[in-house]
Order: sequence, then C-alpha cells, then structure tokens
Amino acid sequence: MVVGPGTVSDQAPVAPDPAGGSVPGKAIEGRSLGRIAWTRLKRDKVAMAGGYVVVFLILVAVFAPLIVKLLGDPPNEFHQNLIDVNTLAPKGGTGISGDHLFGVEPQNGRDIFSRVVYGARISLLIAFLATGLSVVIGATLGVVAGFFGGWVDALISRAMDVFLAFPLLVFSIALAGVIPDKAFGLSGDALRIAMLIFIIGFFSWPYIGRIVRGQTLSLREREFVDAARSLGARGPYIIFKELLPNLVAPILIYATLLIPTNILFEAALSFLGVGVRPPTASWGGMLSDAARFYTIWHFMFFPGMAIFITVLAFNLFGDGLRDALDPKGRR
Amino acid sequence: MNDESGAAAIPADPTGRTAVPADPMAGAAASAEAAGPTEAVRLSDPVPAEVMREERAVKGEPLLSVKGLEKHFPITKGLLRRQVGAVRAVDGVTFDVYKGETLGLVGESGCGKTTTGRLLTRLVEPTGGSIEFDGRDIAHLRQGKLRPMRRDMQMIFQDPFSSLNPRHTVGTIVGAPFRIQGVKTEHGVKRAVQDLLKLVGLNPEHYNRYPHEFSGGQRQRIGIARTLALRPKLIIADEPVSALDVSIQAQVVNLLDDLQNEFDLTYVFIAHDLSVVRHISDRVAVMYLGKIVEIAEREKLYTSPRHPYTVALMSAVPVPDPARRDRAQRERVLLTGDVPSPINPPSGCRFRTRCWKAQDICAKEEPPLIPRLGDAASHQTACHFPIVEGETVEGRRPVSAPTP
Ligand SMILES: Nc1ncnc2c1ncn2[C@@H]1O[C@H](COP(=O)(O)OP(=O)(O)O)[C@@H](O)[C@H]1O
Ligand code: SF4
Ligand SMILES: [Mg+2]
Repeated sequence: MVVGPGTVSDQAPVAPDPAGGSVPGKAIEGRSLGRIAWTRLKRDKVAMAGGYVVVFLILVAVFAPLIVKLLGDPPNEFHQNLIDVNTLAPKGGTGISGDHLFGVEPQNGRDIFSRVVYGARISLLIAFLATGLSVVIGATLGVVAGFFGGWVDALISRAMDVFLAFPLLVFSIALAGVIPDKAFGLSGDALRIAMLIFIIGFFSWPYIGRIVRGQTLSLREREFVDAARSLGARGPYIIFKELLPNLVAPILIYATLLIPTNILFEAALSFLGVGVRPPTASWGGMLSDAARFYTIWHFMFFPGMAIFITVLAFNLFGDGLRDALDPKGRR
Repeated sequence: MNDESGAAAIPADPTGRTAVPADPMAGAAASAEAAGPTEAVRLSDPVPAEVMREERAVKGEPLLSVKGLEKHFPITKGLLRRQVGAVRAVDGVTFDVYKGETLGLVGESGCGKTTTGRLLTRLVEPTGGSIEFDGRDIAHLRQGKLRPMRRDMQMIFQDPFSSLNPRHTVGTIVGAPFRIQGVKTEHGVKRAVQDLLKLVGLNPEHYNRYPHEFSGGQRQRIGIARTLALRPKLIIADEPVSALDVSIQAQVVNLLDDLQNEFDLTYVFIAHDLSVVRHISDRVAVMYLGKIVEIAEREKLYTSPRHPYTVALMSAVPVPDPARRDRAQRERVLLTGDVPSPINPPSGCRFRTRCWKAQDICAKEEPPLIPRLGDAASHQTACHFPIVEGETVEGRRPVSAPTP
C-alpha cells in the first residue's frame, strides 16, 4: 500500500502536533488540501513570478486612468507636433521620451504607453469574463454529463464536439459584420465587448466541460459518493457537497490556463477588426494599426510585448497551480 | 504500510490517549490482553478458542430476509445500447440475517460480494428477487420511500482511501448523516460527532482534520463512526479490513465486535478470506460466482465443511502452527485456475471447472442448496458430492487442470 506524505501510522499520534490533546476543548486545525497546495505553490519560484506579474497586470488594468494621469497622456490625444510630416513617423524614430515612455504612434502621435495600459483593461476584462462564462457553462454541463451519464452524457459530449469543430474565427468575423450599433440595450464599445465575451466564452466552454466531465466520471465511482447515497443523499447534495469541492482544483487550473488562450483570441479578433472600434485602444487593434507601419518597430513591439508577457505570466502561473494542486497529475 | 506492521501488542486506542471515560476500546484492549498480546491480533492464525466470541443465542425473527436476489448488469453495444449480454454478478441468492447476529459472506474477489452488499443497501436495484428488511420488501422501493429506511441500514466500505471525501473534514464526514437525514441532535452536530469519534477510539479533537492526515486504520474508524451516527440496526461491512495491515485488522474487527455488543447491531460481514470472518461471525455463507454454495453456523462450517469450494478456500490460507490446524486446514487443496466469467458461467454446478470431485452430473444438474449428509437444516450445501468427514483431499488436483 502506498502511503502519501502526511499519513501517519496507527500507533503514532497524528501529525506533528505540539499541543497534543493537552488543550482541552480546543479543536486541532487540520491542514486542508488547499492549504497544502498553497504551501507547495509558494515554493515554486517560476509560478510565483508569473503570479506576481498577473497581479501587477490586473492592478494596471484597474488603475489605468490613474497610471496614465501620472505617467502618460490621454490615450486618444493626438500629438501631431511630434510627427514628421513627410514620413509620418515620429520625429527621432520612436518619440520615446520622459513624457512618452513607449514613444508615440506614427501619423497621429498618440501616446503608446497609455494605449497599452488602457488596452490591458479591454484584454483582461474580455478574457476574464469570457473565461468566467465558459467555466459556468462548462462546469455545469460537464458535471451533468459525468454525473447522469447515459443519453444526457451522449448529448452533451456530442455538443462539445460540435462546438470544438466550429469555425469560430470565420463565424466571429461574419457576426461582426451583421451586428448592429445598438442591441440588447447596449451600444458602441460596450456592445462590442459583450459580443466578444459571449463569442469567446460560449465557444470555449467545451475545454472546461471535458475536463470536468472526466473528473466527475472518476469521482462518481469513489466510495464516498456511495456513502452519501446510502445515507439517502439526493442528486443536488451529491453534486454540490461531494463532487464540487473536488472539482474546484481542476476548474481553477484550467480556467487559469484558458485565460491566456482567450487573451490571444481576443487579440486576434481585434486584429481582424471584430473587436472594439477605434479610437478605443486594444492590444490586437494596436497590432493591426502597427501592421501598416511595419518599418516602425516600437509601434508593434510594445503591444506585442504586452500580449506576450501577459500570456506567458498566466501560463506559468497556471502550470504552477496545476503542479501544486495536483502533484500526481503531471505527465 | 511497513510502519504499521510488527506492532502486534500496541494498545487498541491509536492515539495512545486511553483516558476517555466509557470508551469501548478500553474493553477491546482488555480482551486482547486477556488472550495474550500476540495471539489475539493475528487474524491469519486460527483464532484461539478463548478469543472466539461466545456462542450467542441468535435466531428469533430475521431482520433481513433475502430471497432469490439477482443482479444482472446489462452489457450493451453500439449507439442504440442494444443489450448483448449480462454480467450475472449475483444470480439467485437466498439467506436470512437474524437480529443481533453476524453473517459472514465469503468468496474470492469477483464472486459478487460487493454487489450483494450494494443490493442490500439498495445502492443498486436488483433485477430479481426480494429483500425484506424489518418486515418490508425494499427490493424495488423508490429512493424517496427508501430514505427514511436508510437510517436503519448502513454500509462500511472496503477502501478507506476512497470512502472519505478528501475535501471534507472529519467533522463534516461524520456529521453528514445528521445533515442528510435532517436528524436533530441533543447538543448539536459537533458534540454528536465528537462522541462518535470517541466511540471508535479516535481523538475527538481531530474534528477539524482532513482524511489524508490519518492512516488507513484510522480512516476506517472514521468511516465506522459515520456508519454509527444514525444508530442503524443493520450494518453491511464490505471487506472493512482487507485494505489494512494485518495488525490493524484485528483492532478494527475487535472494535466492530464491541460496537455490536454495545448497540445491539446486526452485521453482514463480507470478506474474501475465511480466517477474517471466523472471529466475528455467528454464521458464514460462502459465495461462488454469484451464488451461495454453502451456508452454516460458524462452528459447523469450520469443523465440517461440505462444499469442495469451502475446503479449498480454507486451505488457501497457510497455517504456520501445525498444533492448531484443524481438519480442513490440514488438507491443503490448491485452488487452481481462474474464476470463470460471470457473463457466461458454467452449466450445472458453477464450481465444476475447478472441482476435483466433478462428475458428469455436475455439468448437467445444478445442485440445490439444501442440508446434505444428515446435516441440520441450518447447514446447507450446494454440491452433488459433498465432502464427508475424514475424506482425503490432499494433493488432488482439479480435473480440468492441465497436467504438466
Ligand atoms: N456496475 C457494474 N457493471 C458491470 N459489472 C459489474 C458492475 N459491478 C460489478 N460488476 C461485476 O460483477 C462481478 C462481481 O463483482 P463484485 O460484486 O464487486 O465482486 P466482489 O466484491 O466479490 O469482488 C464482477 O465480475 C464485476 O466485474
Ligand atoms: S457439484 Fe460437483 S462440481 Fe460442484 S462442487 Fe460438488 S462435486 Fe464439485
Ligand atoms: Mg468487493
């Protein structure tokens, strides 16, 4: 029999327990698997670095107006005086200075730093909410498929296949063409953002759904589920009280890994003009603008780096989270 | 679990804190000492007479009465789930369990013991037969109707690593029965749980700990505490000790024994090995491939087994001390060959493919489970050629076994 770390023999008093049983009435705190995972995660330098970057990026997005006020100019403000009228390039190549940390855009001279900072808002907002949507749909349908099995499972599993096979990019571009300026009480950027969240979230739930379904299938066979059943527990109790606590870790892991995928997807859609409309700044939109001025390196470099660092940070953190929460799950 | 072996003489209380008043484990420790520290806890040895439970005056009315119980798991194929066959996991099983007794249910792995247990607790619905519990047929009762009855019938599971939810604290696990059944406790759920933990020999202050912080034996105690919460009448124990180290096995069996005396419990005790149930059973049923092949009072079964399979099962456990071997164990029979598939069981007597006494009639006619050779009505055997006292079976090989 394999005994995990943390397991003690029948004879020895349980765990390092200095208080022993000598403090009457005071319950001994147990170490939950979550706390153990947190300890493990804290030891993982790379994952923690990723985590810090993620926190930093979230703070940047939240405090974008403040940051821009202190370190830049309004993101949509033109600075034609910094542009060489003949080449349309910023004077001096990039226009990088104390006022414009990342330089200015060619042609209209907008501050790249502020646009990258504001772009973080769009990217993270869409990626987070879209991931949230796919977690809700994916986890619900995954649990239902895994728990009830039979034709319910067959139906949901086929739906997942269909969604994964869907030519999403083409569909999104087509949808962007027909979407009106006003719908569902929303208009302008809000409508565009809601549409992106819906498209990305609605089409990436099968990634979560498959994981949750698989986990549910194996959890369902565990004897603690039978124990609850033999006590008279009904379906909802088993799903919410017995299964869900065991599904939190995989959901958290795959949600963290889905966020960077969604950031890339959002960038791609914005690049293709499906995203927010100009002049609102988004990373993908900036890359699309920069593509017209490919000789001017810094215009593409900063939004590109922003995407790269964000995606990398989320991936490193997500991988570390997986290792910490599921040490046996490593391939 | 090497850290647990070789610890035959340790006190039954795993925490070493024995000063819990009214602790039934103190009784277990005492009886273990009375029998001598090394002998009492080695279950693979034949249990010496002094630690055997006193013959109890059981009988009376049955608490559980099972007739023709059957579970055929369908095997389906293709998109339309057409049934192409069935796993005949339990295939017509009839027995009674009397109030206050322990019925041992023994057989090799795969013979349908767990399925039988899960049928009795209605975790699966039988495809045939009846289960009368406390005077009521529950075989096809709907889950809603079954709910209140579940308080009276509980199950202890085989795998202590899988039977406790790893995300729940011990308090949540042991308190779950109260919450699920909506049972009010006098001093709150926490007090009730702590009392239960004391009862099974665990430190009640470990209320907030998680299952992974405990060893196999302790986890099984947690499972037992959960089982006892609603003070059931019947407990189905599905190989409750087979996942545990040998030295721990005896402690847990002793605990179950003490709890039975204290709370007037009735047990169906499942095991894959006759030596484990010997200690605790009043009667023993031997199962083979979905059927009961022999059932008898414990003494009768161990001293004059009738079915060749019973004899083979007894011989499967090597007995180191020749002075303590009794008849069946002296005659070592090799149980060779594999158990046939329950999808397509042999015709006639199911044991015939491995039986050294098989003759033509064994393939043609299924032997009924009846008293043989003038046995009492309580000792029934399903064999055309039951073993007679003094029969030599040593060194014989099953007829179907290929000669090397
Ligand atoms: N849910 C199931 N579906 C199909 N076959 C099953 C199922 N559960 C058990 N079986 C089969 O029924 C037989 C008896 O299994 P089981 O009751 O677990 O035996 P035991 O507990 O004696 O080892 C085995 O052949 C097993 O493969
Ligand atoms: S009936 Fe025949 S095959 Fe079956 S156990 Fe008896 S002797 Fe062996
Ligand atoms: Mg079993």
